[in-house]
Amino acid sequence: MTVELNLTRDPAHLRHGSNIGQPLRRTDGALKVTGKARYAADNHPPGMVYAVIATSCIARGRVTALCVDAAKRHPGVIDVMTPAHKPELAEDPDAKGNPFAFRMELLQSDEVRYANQAIAVVIAETLEAATEGAALLSPRYQVEIARVGLDAGETYVPPAVGIGHPAEVRHGDIDAGLAAASKRIDATYETPAQYHNAMEPHAIVAVWDGDRLFIDTPSQGMAMAQMRIAGLFGIPPANIHINSPFLGGGFGSKGLVSGPQVLGVMAAKLVGRPVKLVLRRSQMYGPVGHRPPTRQRIRIGTGDDGLLTALEHEARITTSSFDDFYEPAADASHTLYASPAIRTAHQAVRVDTGTPLFMRAPGEATGSIALESAIDEAAFACGIDPLEFRLKNYAEVEPTTGKPFSSKALRQCYAKAAERFGWAGRPLQPKQMRDENGFLVGWGMGTATFPALMFQGNARAVIRADGRGVMESGAHDMGQGAWTALTQISADALALDLDQISFLSGTSDLPDAGIAGGSAHTATVGAAIHNAGAAVIAKLAELATSDERSPLFGAGNAGVVARAGRLHRRDDDARSESYAEILARAGVAEVEASGTGAADPAAQSQYAMHAHGAVFAEVKVDPELGQIRATRLVGAFAAGRIINPLMVRSQLYGGMIWGLSFALHEEAVMDKRSGRILNANLAEYHVPVNADVPPMEVITVDEHDPHVNPLGIKGVGEIGITGSAGAVANAVFHATGIRVRNFPIKIEEVVMGLGG
Amino acid sequence: MMNFDYVRPASVADAIAEASEKGATYLASGTNLLDLMKGGVSRPSRLVDVTRLPGLDRIEHLADGGLRIGALVRNADLAHDADFARNYPAIAEALLSGASAQLRNAATVGGNLMQRTRCAYFYDAGSACNRRWPGAGCDALKGENRLHAVLGWSEGCIATHPSDFCVPLVGLDAVVEIEGKGGRRELPLEALHRLPGETPERETALERGDLIVALRLPTEAKNFAGHSRYIKVRERTSYAFAVVSAAAALRIEDGKIREARLALGGVAAKPWRARGAEQVLAGAAPDAAVYREAARAALADAKPSGDNAFKIELAQRIVVRALTLAAAGTPDRIPALPGSPFSSVAGA
Repeated sequence: MTVELNLTRDPAHLRHGSNIGQPLRRTDGALKVTGKARYAADNHPPGMVYAVIATSCIARGRVTALCVDAAKRHPGVIDVMTPAHKPELAEDPDAKGNPFAFRMELLQSDEVRYANQAIAVVIAETLEAATEGAALLSPRYQVEIARVGLDAGETYVPPAVGIGHPAEVRHGDIDAGLAAASKRIDATYETPAQYHNAMEPHAIVAVWDGDRLFIDTPSQGMAMAQMRIAGLFGIPPANIHINSPFLGGGFGSKGLVSGPQVLGVMAAKLVGRPVKLVLRRSQMYGPVGHRPPTRQRIRIGTGDDGLLTALEHEARITTSSFDDFYEPAADASHTLYASPAIRTAHQAVRVDTGTPLFMRAPGEATGSIALESAIDEAAFACGIDPLEFRLKNYAEVEPTTGKPFSSKALRQCYAKAAERFGWAGRPLQPKQMRDENGFLVGWGMGTATFPALMFQGNARAVIRADGRGVMESGAHDMGQGAWTALTQISADALALDLDQISFLSGTSDLPDAGIAGGSAHTATVGAAIHNAGAAVIAKLAELATSDERSPLFGAGNAGVVARAGRLHRRDDDARSESYAEILARAGVAEVEASGTGAADPAAQSQYAMHAHGAVFAEVKVDPELGQIRATRLVGAFAAGRIINPLMVRSQLYGGMIWGLSFALHEEAVMDKRSGRILNANLAEYHVPVNADVPPMEVITVDEHDPHVNPLGIKGVGEIGITGSAGAVANAVFHATGIRVRNFPIKIEEVVMGLGG
Repeated sequence: MMNFDYVRPASVADAIAEASEKGATYLASGTNLLDLMKGGVSRPSRLVDVTRLPGLDRIEHLADGGLRIGALVRNADLAHDADFARNYPAIAEALLSGASAQLRNAATVGGNLMQRTRCAYFYDAGSACNRRWPGAGCDALKGENRLHAVLGWSEGCIATHPSDFCVPLVGLDAVVEIEGKGGRRELPLEALHRLPGETPERETALERGDLIVALRLPTEAKNFAGHSRYIKVRERTSYAFAVVSAAAALRIEDGKIREARLALGGVAAKPWRARGAEQVLAGAAPDAAVYREAARAALADAKPSGDNAFKIELAQRIVVRALTLAAAGTPDRIPALPGSPFSSVAGA
């Protein structure tokens, strides 16, 4: 099944010049609000049964007994999949075939590695029967003492952080820089474990047909999921058909296929029927990744002039006992501030949790709140306005590499956001501002940054006999608006109006679009679409310019230009021919071509590529009760070419709200003895509600970047969190004079500091 | 989910008969019970659905000036009843500060009184909890307990009662009407919820089969309408339980507090009536010094049950705030951010 969305041509969708840059409304919006968008768990193939995972309530040890008989006796239960009774796998789920192959629990043993790990799967005719069957398993355990938290054990230097980044980076002489400083900051910040909590839980509907497998599951990387599942089941990747037209959020947790999703495939194989498996909310706190807790020590030295002499950022992070993902928290200090000496380093601790994974702005989110707080502390120690301090230490080139930036309109971001916010005149000292009701008022700021990445993705373009175009790419829409933005790019790539093209996406049967992560999807797939469009039009031009009956004959590919479904001679615009006329005369039903989008290694080695932004926050604090309320957020962002300003604004709003959440609300609370998460639900795992979200404003700053990729796109998916979290935290300091370094900021830290 | 019987009795008498068997429990809107069942915390063998019992969804003005609220009146309906909000503004504000709009639309008055604690260890079937399993122990005691009780707790249980609604109710001497095997009886709300002591599993004074049919507010509860507030500190602005809350109701005449009512939420296993503080206030001029003294009296017996000493200080400050705001006079309308300290902010 492929999904095809056609744009309706109402006035908001009228093309004015380029389709790129237009604030098109979501092409899939009406489907979503009317319930017609079919998410993975909405599928019910004939004969489908339900699988429910039984999860461990211990964090470390072994399962010694399961009451399988009791579960099987429950009416409706079909089978119980356990380590002793499961389909054979072709590959060890603990094998590390590539850097993206994370170990998963597929009932390969009775070992328990973390709380909420799958220990059995009950398959039944109804969800209720499967759920009760799982409860009836009443597991018994041999419990070992769980290792919990940042002090759980010996630290070690990880082999790499993030994706292959060095754990330690040195630039200049830190000790000399600190020794030369007239002011020094030495502060330690802690950030908690956080869980992605996409609204849509991980879900899968799996149907086997011989050695072909059809699955509906939310994915941010269908081709990688195909490879992983193919390896586990010993079938060719091409035999696996994944449909993932819509995701109810992913935030990185759906980038790699997770253990529970594979368990659904195994269950379908075991019972020989289509199976649906959906995680309960609480079951998402374990096997599908998380943002690990961090403890970050930052040392900053400054001279009398307020210029940095040293910036050192050390991060301690946790990873699982059995696999390696290292949140690159300290890397946030590589690019933002000019300092003659920069050192970043990471240490890791193994704990009994699921393996942490990429979570929206991995590294940058955790690192940014610490760095931006420390910069605020340094500015305050120097008696310099935080914005002025950042401008003084503005990095004209990437400090750690000396590379020029491919583009960097951060100064304009600072200026525009500061002006809009009304930053001028802000008192340097904290606790100076009150509103008319007596609440303390504070203003804080933070710098936002995220690398402009590119992965590899492909697209296929077709121009049909009727002159219409088709663009195909197995891209992923997690809610960010890929359907819409990529349709816009497709229309321009094919030089057709929006209503003259179809954009096909959301299934693995289409060209591999790579992974929707790293804020790189629009850039990557957009480049693939751009190249595919150029290639198919080149074929069309070849047909026309080599045919003497064509008015374009002899012009050559470079001598024609495509516009609105026609090729025109560059030297004589009046001589043109429509796509349909060219194909008809050539007697060709259609022309097609492929394109690839990928990073340009030459440009990457020459330039530092990052998106930037500046976020300003106002908070109010009750002077006796310590309750904090964000009252304004203004952000300005420079992120290369903006494909769809409407969707970009939504992305940035979402990121900024997540930053607010990071500063004030969000935290997974773990029992230090058992290793169980105590708030694995949306009632007690707090994210901001509407009433917590203040009036917000997003400004986008134009940036022309000829180096990042053909379309000049930098990506906006993650940058909004960075800067925002620190801005809110700094505003709390400015309001109260209390510097809270453990996030989220808790009421007790503020209320006890305020005095009665 | 486990299989269970579901019955929908036609009368209160039938309901009591159905619910008197072991393993049976009443079901109203299920905003709490269904979560507990899905989490395996509660495994009733029979649900007795009372939502269609006749006559329990009415708000009645009694001849003596009191008010009788049927147990099946929805939280939202009660809070938005104009007469009710005018006469008992702190109760309406507390109702609207609780849960979310969706939950308030579903939840019933009787069900709200019967909601269980939000102690994470009570909800986590893998943890020891004396409420769930008498004698098992209390994992909250040395666990993550920054939000746990500071008043009336025991070594056996440090959980708090989560209701906002019950806080002003207990301050205004609400009475619970109960039908049971022995007929009808009534109980001051203050006596409905029990402190844990040696038997934390006995959360209320109800016996098996007992059904709350109505809640009554006495005549004099209206006398505080001009000086009533509910203030709730919480970790986000909506859909969060109180860290600490306070309901204050004053009767002020000739510049003196003639009578004061004060109750606290989020501090104990029951909504906490602060009678000592009320005595401090009675007869005094409404000023900051007397509020602070009342706050000290209200928390005089408090002690931390874990990492929650801050709640004792915070609770005293909330008492002062609630009294200050109550003395200043009930606002004309319930603030858009009910219960929030920021509710006095324009546009909030």
